[in-house]
Amino acid sequence: MSLVEVRDLKKHFPIKSGVLRRTTGHVYAVDGVSFSIEEGETLGLVGESGCGKSTTGRVILRLLPATGGAVTFDGQDVMAASRPDMQRLRRDMQIVFQDPYASLNPRMRVRNIIGEPMRIHGIGTDKERKDRVAELLETVGLTAEQGERYPHEFSGGQRQRIGVARALALSPRFIVADEPVSALDVSIQAQMINLLEDLQKQLKLTYLVIAHDLSVVKHISDRVVVMYLGKVVEIADSSLLYDRPQHPYTEALLSAVPIPDPKTERARRRIILEGDVPSPANPPQGCVFHPRCPRMQSDPCTVAMPPLESTAGQDVGVDHQVACYFPTRYAADGTVTANAPV
Amino acid sequence: MADTTSAASFEAPQLDSPLPPTAESEVPTTRPLGLWADTWRRLKRNKLALVGLGIITIFMIIGLSQVIANLLNIQLTPYDPNAVNYALTPHGIGAPPSPAHPFGTDYLGRDVLSRTIVAARISMLVGVIAVAIALVIGLSLGPVSGYYGGITDAVIMRVADVFFAFPYILFVLLIMTVLGPGFTNVFIAIGLLSWATYARLNRGSVLSVRTMEFIEAARAQGASDLRIIFRHVLPNTMAPVYVAIAMGIGGAIATEAALSFLGIGIQPPNASWGSMIANYLTYVPAGSWWMEFFPSVALVLTVFGFIAFGNGLRDATDPKLKE
Amino acid sequence: MAERLLEVSNLSTHFFTHAGVVKAVNGVSFSLDRNETLGIVGESGSGKTVAALSLLRLVPDPPGKIVEGSVVLKGRDLLTLSDDEIREVRGNDIAMIFQDPMTSLNPVFKVGSQIAEAITLHQGKGKREAWKMATELLTRVGISDAPRRANEYPFEFSGGMRQRAMIAMAISCNPEILIADEPTTALDVTIQAQIMDVIREMQGVYDSGVIIITHDLGVVAQMADRVMVMYGGRTVEYGPVDEVYYNAHQPYTWGLLGSLPRLDEVEKQRLTPIKGQPPNLLLLPPGCPFTGRCPYERPVCRETFPELEIVGPDHGVHCWVPLDERVAIRQRLPQFTASVA
Repeated sequence: MSLVEVRDLKKHFPIKSGVLRRTTGHVYAVDGVSFSIEEGETLGLVGESGCGKSTTGRVILRLLPATGGAVTFDGQDVMAASRPDMQRLRRDMQIVFQDPYASLNPRMRVRNIIGEPMRIHGIGTDKERKDRVAELLETVGLTAEQGERYPHEFSGGQRQRIGVARALALSPRFIVADEPVSALDVSIQAQMINLLEDLQKQLKLTYLVIAHDLSVVKHISDRVVVMYLGKVVEIADSSLLYDRPQHPYTEALLSAVPIPDPKTERARRRIILEGDVPSPANPPQGCVFHPRCPRMQSDPCTVAMPPLESTAGQDVGVDHQVACYFPTRYAADGTVTANAPV
Repeated sequence: MADTTSAASFEAPQLDSPLPPTAESEVPTTRPLGLWADTWRRLKRNKLALVGLGIITIFMIIGLSQVIANLLNIQLTPYDPNAVNYALTPHGIGAPPSPAHPFGTDYLGRDVLSRTIVAARISMLVGVIAVAIALVIGLSLGPVSGYYGGITDAVIMRVADVFFAFPYILFVLLIMTVLGPGFTNVFIAIGLLSWATYARLNRGSVLSVRTMEFIEAARAQGASDLRIIFRHVLPNTMAPVYVAIAMGIGGAIATEAALSFLGIGIQPPNASWGSMIANYLTYVPAGSWWMEFFPSVALVLTVFGFIAFGNGLRDATDPKLKE
Repeated sequence: MAERLLEVSNLSTHFFTHAGVVKAVNGVSFSLDRNETLGIVGESGSGKTVAALSLLRLVPDPPGKIVEGSVVLKGRDLLTLSDDEIREVRGNDIAMIFQDPMTSLNPVFKVGSQIAEAITLHQGKGKREAWKMATELLTRVGISDAPRRANEYPFEFSGGMRQRAMIAMAISCNPEILIADEPTTALDVTIQAQIMDVIREMQGVYDSGVIIITHDLGVVAQMADRVMVMYGGRTVEYGPVDEVYYNAHQPYTWGLLGSLPRLDEVEKQRLTPIKGQPPNLLLLPPGCPFTGRCPYERPVCRETFPELEIVGPDHGVHCWVPLDERVAIRQRLPQFTASVA
């Protein structure tokens, strides 16, 4: 049984307008998302703005109520958990935020920020908490003395470490990292990535890493989920995703990511998508990607969203799922055997 | 505050070997700054605000000492402020300032300086207590209103609107007429009417703070709404409120003076600057200016001090004000 | 023979604040030829944006001040021009695209008007003709249905469209030089690809020189012919893009290249980050700003900034570590030996 199971998750935000604040429409931020996360693995969740990845992360942790679907953690239903059950669950499921400047209370000392989860759950005596905070600070590469200071006295990278320390305070099993490095300088990003990897090994953590930077996600994840406009379009092993992307959106996404290697860049074949990312308030009929898809055929692409299916017969033993009527197919040696009508 | 009473055993995770200290991050080389260092530095550059602060400090010292004096029933003024002495008031219109009586004496021969000092007590009490009452109401309703939004917010803000809509003095007069004149009623009246300002100011900040990630973080840790509002939201929304407090105290003092001047505030034998200004007015045409003058100056200076400091504080806490 | 458009020598821009002097740009020199793309790479505090603003004298004064150097555009030193003259240059000879398209367009004016304004200002055309040109420009940068779009306000445009509109504004007066400051940071990666294409295309059409300022080494690899790496207000390395990426000579450049997770790595490599924090510009040492973070530093590094050393064709570096030692170190670094697809 997977540690985290997400089944057909939906989150729709009502749009209210007019004097009487009537609901005139919905933002289909998350519209039928399913995947599972095994214990000990790192699952990456990528997509561009409006794809619903951040919302998915928050709904999984029940920081936002779901509109539909189910999330289970270690077999327990998260959506329907009672308040005391939820409190217990919260100790196992934690989150690291994107913005190191907004995710720490500027009026609290760092040691209090890190110690608060313990205070909330009534864990440990004052002395035990103090020791634990010192230990956590050291775990993330800061010193116990720095606990006396306030967040504004630290750099972005250090603040992000404090956020990680706070997430670790209750010894969680599962951490959702929402864009953990995108607000950091490049050289500091690498520090944070290494830190997260080290912590995972030492503390046996399971991660859901949400990010828009494909290079980071591919590096840190075991498997990757690609989202577009509230739906999952592809799930694959991270190495397979680069070598054998099956969904046209994934191909375009990969082709758009610049690689810091001039020769590689010059030799690359670029797929440039037309148009803008449509708004999740007004998703297209049929397959959500069809307006921008180079392989689009009126039938069936404009009729209904293709289901997320396992692509059987390829790479035995590895589960590669894609939601497309015309996914790219590969032979065992990696060459493309079937590419849909262009 | 412990939110759950689950007696959880405390288990630290077992690290098989301690992680190597990450030499990758460094200890900052500056001294711990604290939260007010920046504000204080900016404030120091504003001369007017510093003058205001000076005035406030003097005023508070005098006021506090008089409160203590009153409680302990001792006299901390050069002369007994109520000591009538007909010898010091030839023609019944008091004696002008002299070395013995720097502010002169009033029509009953009482030392004006002493009376002015003693009246400071009233002003200070009014300022502080009235604003305190307003804060208690305003800082409970404001954060709740801003944090929950929706109907709660709408209802509370509409009620606040009602309080705003009434002309301040008129409303105070109304309350005083209902409650009757007197000491504590003045505090209640002024406090009751100013809460809306603090609530509204605070709510504005709350609206922007509540979407910040550290609030979400607290929720992710399982913090209750109460904890979030009072431990996380409120402390971060106080900046405009501090300014309003400074101005508010100044305003409360002025309002009390106005009430006493109109005769519905402080009653004899208690003296406030307002009542002194009212009582001594009739003596001015006779040439006895000093009775009216000194309490007026005291009032104006004090109110000015609060406002100047409040302004300076506002400028010093405004992050967008370029340095 | 390439025509030299811009020659910047020893540019220094300092900010005089209450807390001290911030040497945002400290003795920076570079050049730009026609049809060439120069990438200026750096992280926060590197001074790259201030350097670009200095070219157009857009640095707020006070507290900033260009204290030294020259910026020669086709024979004229821009730093010596009068206010009127420099205003002529801005938008006309050198155009700049800013980072955040959300805030760089005036929200209360129609997009078409903003572009037309630039045209009227610099080319003296009448309103009607300027509007027509503005619409054509919008089409040119890939905005469909341009006549209708020109009549809209910025809030009706998406992020990518706003960026295109800014490019349209920038190229409206056929500038010799286009400066793009972090043109893609606020955009999604598929939109980023589109915008980079537009810039490249416009460069071809107008034969301009382009300066791209970014922290993204991928974008530089994609777009630039030459690269200049900045750190703490100084240039630490510059050269043709292949030289800098494959034969880098500066520990900071090595560090940057080693910090990047690569989409095409075949075997997962642990990243080799640069230790420490970004520089505090108020507390810079007199020498190399990279001291404290450099694994190969020696005592002289803190005291004196190393002279320019030419290590390859048009490839210069500032570093005290001797050349042969550097080559030896580099050969052992994983970022230069790792297997990639």
